[in-house]
Amino acid sequence: MSQAILARLGALLGDACVDQDPKGLPRAIPESEDALALVCRTAHEEHWKIRVEGRGTWLTPDAPADLALSTRGLDRIVSVSPADLVATVQAGAPYEAVRRQLAEPSMWLALDPPGRPERTIGSVLATATAGPLRHAFGPVRDHVLGCTTATGDGRLVKSGGRVVKNVAGYDLTKLQVGGFAGFGIITQVHLRLRSIPRADTTFIAHGSRDALASAGRVVTAAQIGAAAVELFSPALAADSEWVLGVRLVGSEATVEAESRRLERETTVTWQQLPVERSGSFWSLAARATLGGPVTIRLGALADGLDESLDLVAELLDEGLISAGAGVGTIRWTGEASLDRLRTLRRQAAGREIPMTLERAPWTLRRSLGHFGAYREGVGQLVGRLRESFDPGQCLSVALEGAEGE
Amino acid sequence: MSPSLAEALSRIVGARWVRYRPAELATYRADGLPTHESTPGLVVLPGNREEVAAVLRLLHLLQVPFVARGAGTGLSGGALAGADAVLVAVTRMARILAIHPERRRAVVEPGVVNARLSEATLPFGLHYLPDPSSQSACTIGGNVAENAGGPHCLKYGVTTNHVVALEVVLADGSMLQLGSPQGEAWGPDLVGLFVGSEGMFGIATEITVRLEPLPQAIRTIYADFMSLRSASEAVSAIIASGVVPAALEMMDQSCLKAVEASIFATGGPTDAAAVLLVELDGPPDVVPAESCLVETVLRQLGARALRSATTAAERARLWQGRKKAFGALGRIAPDLAVQDAVVPRSALPDILDRVGEIRDRHRLEISNVFHAGDGNLHPCISFDRRDAALVARVQTASREIMEACLAAGGSITGEHGVGSDKMTYMPLAFDPDTLGAMRAVRRAFDPDERANPNKVFPLHACREWRRGKGTAA
Repeated sequence: MSQAILARLGALLGDACVDQDPKGLPRAIPESEDALALVCRTAHEEHWKIRVEGRGTWLTPDAPADLALSTRGLDRIVSVSPADLVATVQAGAPYEAVRRQLAEPSMWLALDPPGRPERTIGSVLATATAGPLRHAFGPVRDHVLGCTTATGDGRLVKSGGRVVKNVAGYDLTKLQVGGFAGFGIITQVHLRLRSIPRADTTFIAHGSRDALASAGRVVTAAQIGAAAVELFSPALAADSEWVLGVRLVGSEATVEAESRRLERETTVTWQQLPVERSGSFWSLAARATLGGPVTIRLGALADGLDESLDLVAELLDEGLISAGAGVGTIRWTGEASLDRLRTLRRQAAGREIPMTLERAPWTLRRSLGHFGAYREGVGQLVGRLRESFDPGQCLSVALEGAEGE
Repeated sequence: MSPSLAEALSRIVGARWVRYRPAELATYRADGLPTHESTPGLVVLPGNREEVAAVLRLLHLLQVPFVARGAGTGLSGGALAGADAVLVAVTRMARILAIHPERRRAVVEPGVVNARLSEATLPFGLHYLPDPSSQSACTIGGNVAENAGGPHCLKYGVTTNHVVALEVVLADGSMLQLGSPQGEAWGPDLVGLFVGSEGMFGIATEITVRLEPLPQAIRTIYADFMSLRSASEAVSAIIASGVVPAALEMMDQSCLKAVEASIFATGGPTDAAAVLLVELDGPPDVVPAESCLVETVLRQLGARALRSATTAAERARLWQGRKKAFGALGRIAPDLAVQDAVVPRSALPDILDRVGEIRDRHRLEISNVFHAGDGNLHPCISFDRRDAALVARVQTASREIMEACLAAGGSITGEHGVGSDKMTYMPLAFDPDTLGAMRAVRRAFDPDERANPNKVFPLHACREWRRGKGTAA
C-alpha cells in the first residue's frame, strides 16, 4: 500500500516533492496550493487518510494515516504591502523567517507563539497558539485577515481578503484558525501587521505567584499600555521564583511614560532588562513550552487566575506554566496521564473554563480530543461542518475525544 | 399567510405581539436601505428566549421561513422578509442581563440598543466599543448579525472582536451555547463564525460582550486639505508613523457643504477639498506626544489648518459634522444610497479619483464620508427613487464602484453586509468553490435554509448548485 501511494504521489507531484517520514510513511511536500489540493482530492477519491504536518516541531507527527502531507514546501512570502500593513504568506513559511523578513521594511507581526522558531505560520494559525502578546494584540484570529484552505476533498476555499475590514460572506477564516486542520488545510494567509515599535523594553519582577498575579492585575486595571503581562512558573523561567514579565512597546515617549507609570502604580520591585536580554527572555520562554510532551491551554478569566492555577497545580503540577495575568489564558506543559487531564478538563468546564489540548502524543489526542466533548447540540453542528469540509473524513485529526467524557 | 399561523404564534407570545394587518406590516417593509422593499407575511415579537425557541420550533414544524430583525437600521436590505416569511423582531428583548465590571463583561439580550449599553456601563468607567453611526437606534443583536463596525473600530476592532459568547436558537428551535466568558472557544470558534452571518444561522438570544475602560485621555484633531489626494495620502502616512488612532475619518467637500448647509453646521471649511478627523486616546502622558507626531505628519502632507480638542464639549463640536453627515446628506435629495466598500489604505487616493470619475460620467451627486483609516468607503449617492432613469444610473454607478474596489484588492462590504443589496456582486468577489463552501456552512446550521432566505448568495453561482448536488431553496 505504502509503495503504491508513494508511486502515485510521485506521479502527481514529481519525485522531488515526495519522500518518506522516519517510519516509512509516504509524505507529500507539494510546492503549490493547487498541488496540495490535488493530493487531497486524490486521497479523497482513494479513501486515504491524511496526516497534516508543518515542519513537525509542534504537534507530534504521529496521527495514524496512509500518507503525511506537509505544508513546508509552501514557504514563500507572497507579497508584502508596507503601506497597508498586510502580508500574504504561504502556510509552510517558518514563523521566525517571516518575522525577520518583515522586519526589513519595519513591519511587525505582533504574535509570539510558543514553540521553536522554525514552526510554521500554518501551525500557529491552525492551533491558535498565541503567546504573551495576546494581552495587547489579541488572539491569533485577530491577526488573520483571510486565508485559503484546501478541503479534505481538494477544493480550494478562500475567505476574507487583504483588507482590514470585510464582511462579505461568512467569516470562514474563524473556523480555520484554531480548527487544528479539522476543517481543511490552511495553505495561504493574509496577515495584519503593525509598524515595528521604535521602543521595546521589558521589565521583570520576581516573587510569589499570588503577589505577581496581583501586580499583573494592577497593571491591567491602571490601563498601563503593556504589550504583554505574563506570569511564568519558576521552571519555565529557569528561576528560583515566579517571574512576571511586562513588555512595553511604542514610541520612545510612550515607553518612557508607561515605564514610569509601571513603577508608580505597582508595589513589586522591577528589573528593566537590557535590550539584548529582552528578546531572549521572551524567546526562551516560548521554547521552554516544549519541555514536556503535553501542552494544554485554559481559557480562564483574569479574576479567576489564582483559583485556576491552583487547580492546575493540584491536578497536574506547577511545572512549565505561562499565564496571561491580564487576559487569564493559562498554558501548561508537562507529562500527564489521561485520567488527570480528563479530570482537569471536567473541573475546568464546571468553572466555565474551556481546556484545549494544544499538543500531545496521538494516544492522548485520540482519547481526549483537542476540544473534548462539546456542549449540548454543538457536537452535531461541528460534525456537519466537518462533513462539509472533509466529506470523506480523510483528515486524521482528533477534535473530539474518542472515549467521550 | 394563514390566520391559523397567526393564532398559533399568538398562543406562544400573546396576541398583542403578532402583527398581521397590512398597516402594521408596512412598518416592517424596509430597513435603512431605501432601494429595497418587501412586506413580510407576519411579524412576531417574542419577549424572551423561550418564546424565540417556541416560535422557531413551530416554524420548523410548518417549514415556514423567517427573518430576524433588530431595529431595522441595516443598510443592506438584510432584514427584509417576503410574503411567505415570518419576521421575528427582537426589539422586546431589550434587557441588559448582567454587567460584571470586575471581569469587564456584560450580558445582553439582542434587542438592547447599542448606545444604551455604554450608558449603563458608564458608572463603572467602562464602555462597549463598536460604535456604528446608527448606535443610538441599532441593536446589539443586529450588530452581531452584521458584524457591525464604526469609527472607533480602527484601533479596537469590529463587533467580532468584542463578542465572547452567544446563546443562539437555530432554525429548528434548538438552543446552543457558544463561546465562554473569557473568549476562548469550546472547540472551533463558532462565535466568530456566527458573528456576521447575517441572520442566516439562527437568532442570538443572549450575547456576552467585552467592555473596555474609558480612555484616560482623548484628543481630536481636525485637519482640512485643499486636495482630496493629499488628505487620503495622509491617512497611510499616519498609520505608517506607528500611531494607531482610535478613529481616522474623512469627509469630502460635497459632504462638508451638506453639513454646513444644515442645522448641524459647525463653521467647517466648505472651501476645503476634504477634512480628516483624527482621534487619539490613551494614557495622559502618551496622547500629547502622539498628537505632536500626527500633527507633523498632517502638515507634511499639506494640511492647511489644524484644530484640536481635548474637552468633551470641544471634541463633540469637531465630531458633530461627521456624526450628523448622513442626516445632512438626507436634505440634498429625497433618497440617499449609502454604499459600503473597502480598499487597501494605499489605494484610497486612486479609488477616490475613480469614484469622482464615475460620479461625473453618470451625472450623479456623490458625497464621501467614511472610515479612512480602515479604507472603508461610504460613497453616498443622493437621488429620487421616483425618477426611474436616475435610479438606473445609481445602480450602474454602484456596480462600477464595487468593481473598482474589488480591482483594487478590496471588498464589496466592510460593515453593512451583503443582504439583498449586494448578492449580485458576490460572484465578483468569490469563486464558485468558496461560495459553495459558504452555503454548505449555512446548511450545517440550517439544513432547510429557512433562516433569512434569499440573502447573501446568488444560488446559481455556488459550485455545488452547478453540479446539481445541492438542493436549491
